[in-house]
Amino acid sequence: MKLDPDKVELAINPALVEEILVRFIRNEITRTGFRRAVLGLSGGIDSSVVTYLAAKAMGPENVLAVTMPYKTSSEETRRDSQRVVEALGVQTLEAPISAQVEAYFAAFPDASRMRLANKCARERMTILYDQSVAFEGLVLGTSNKSELLLGYGTHFGDLASAINPIGDLYKTQLRQLAAHLQVPREILDKAPSGDLWVGQTDEDELGFAYADVDRLLVLLVDRRWQPDHLVAAGFDPAFVDRVLNMIRRNQYKRRMPVIAKLTHRTMDRDFRYPRDWGT
Amino acid sequence: MTLSAKPTQQPAAAPLSEPTPRPAELRVALAQIAPALGDRQRNLALHLEQIKAAQREQADLVVFPELSLTGYFLRDMVPEVAMNRASAEIAELIEAASPMALVAGFVEEAEGHQFYNAGFYAEGGRLMHVHRKVYLPTYGLFEEHRYFSAGRRFRAFTSARFGRVGMLICEDLWHVSAATIMQAEEVDVLICIINSPARGVSGPKIATAETYELLARVFSQLLGTLLIVVNRVGFEDGLCFFGNSMVVGADGRIIAQAPQFDACLTTVSCDLAELRRERLITPLGRDEQLLLTIEELQRIKRRRYET
Repeated sequence: MKLDPDKVELAINPALVEEILVRFIRNEITRTGFRRAVLGLSGGIDSSVVTYLAAKAMGPENVLAVTMPYKTSSEETRRDSQRVVEALGVQTLEAPISAQVEAYFAAFPDASRMRLANKCARERMTILYDQSVAFEGLVLGTSNKSELLLGYGTHFGDLASAINPIGDLYKTQLRQLAAHLQVPREILDKAPSGDLWVGQTDEDELGFAYADVDRLLVLLVDRRWQPDHLVAAGFDPAFVDRVLNMIRRNQYKRRMPVIAKLTHRTMDRDFRYPRDWGT
Repeated sequence: MTLSAKPTQQPAAAPLSEPTPRPAELRVALAQIAPALGDRQRNLALHLEQIKAAQREQADLVVFPELSLTGYFLRDMVPEVAMNRASAEIAELIEAASPMALVAGFVEEAEGHQFYNAGFYAEGGRLMHVHRKVYLPTYGLFEEHRYFSAGRRFRAFTSARFGRVGMLICEDLWHVSAATIMQAEEVDVLICIINSPARGVSGPKIATAETYELLARVFSQLLGTLLIVVNRVGFEDGLCFFGNSMVVGADGRIIAQAPQFDACLTTVSCDLAELRRERLITPLGRDEQLLLTIEELQRIKRRRYET
């Protein structure tokens, strides 16, 4: 088969995807005896899409969208989150994280920007898990397939959740789903950003565009093309190399910690039960 | 059988073209359920409820999906939910369904403690056949060979009501060898119970659903059989089983199809006399060179396994 990098299939049938994901959320929440969902809403595409899906699955009154601004968070973040909350009528809670993060870093004034970003992500995670008890809901994940493959997320921070409805959709595909769900235009149009520091965008930080990396990822991961075939078809060898390294280097973030094997039955190695065991 | 009005007189010999008389209608209920993962008690109750519903629909046959009594993604639960084919649960189901015919899926623990992904067929209150899945997918998301032993035969059997009946389980339908043997077995009704998770969401239909439709239509037409495919619905560990159970006629046309994603009992009447007409139009089974196939396979066996 001839490989044409310009004709990579990333189109999804958004109505079909919506139907599967709404049913998935409802099933995974109710089978464990819950009926509510909690998630962190940043006003970006990913968390907005998950909020739309959760509202459809559980009813807006059963969804708690938590906004957790840090002092450098942009006004745009707050405004776009508000648009989603108003459009859907989900429950909302603002839990700022500046005080606790600053209190911690007072002892480490020279900490890097990366440490601060990771700390913020983990602070938000602890708030979501705490609110999940108060609200009696499960925490929904908002990491997409592009981020999961590239390791573009904080281990035990934003990568932590009980169930993740969008982890098998590339960023490019999420945009299609967002448009179908009628996520507000302003959210669709802005540059993807983790809002990690003032002016930060994902694509600047990564050094490539999602549209390009998603084409490469779908060929490497889903279609199982060999890297040398992709280079021969016109992909920049340095780009292919870099992305392959990112996928490999971040495998640990996609797995539970490695356990030293001593007995005949070790968690997740030869003690193998489905996650939905007993539900 | 009706008694002749003049029992002393010998009836005229039946003309040679007369087909074996049997009921022309098969009313089949497709029990597209969402089994509870690893919960035999809940699944038994669900089966009994569906059997009652099928009886209300006056079905002749009710078909449940693959592993309907246990759920699919069992992993280490396989030995915990296994049962003997003579188990009280299976006996209870057969009795509840009788005289209606019944197909359901279970984990069979055989002598020697081997576990099979199996399906049974019962009719008139009697267990008539157990098929052990031959082709166990162990690739992609599947890991069946880690937990199950592979069945070692494809056999059809004769139902007093529906003629020659064959059973396949899911991946079996993806292998032409299974279809070839079923054709050689002169099957009239082929029942395939499946647990197919949705994959591929770029087109108007789920890609796996489309492939199953294609397989079912091709095999029913090539074999000249009525083909009954029953899939489950619901989720397990993020897998979405899509349903879309169907009955396909010997002409390869879909006679009835259950909804996508929703649990549902779909009852459909099939005209078994259609098989005769279709085989007159396209007599592929008649023309099949079975001896040639056997000889060629024996030659290939010598080349690939004996040299």
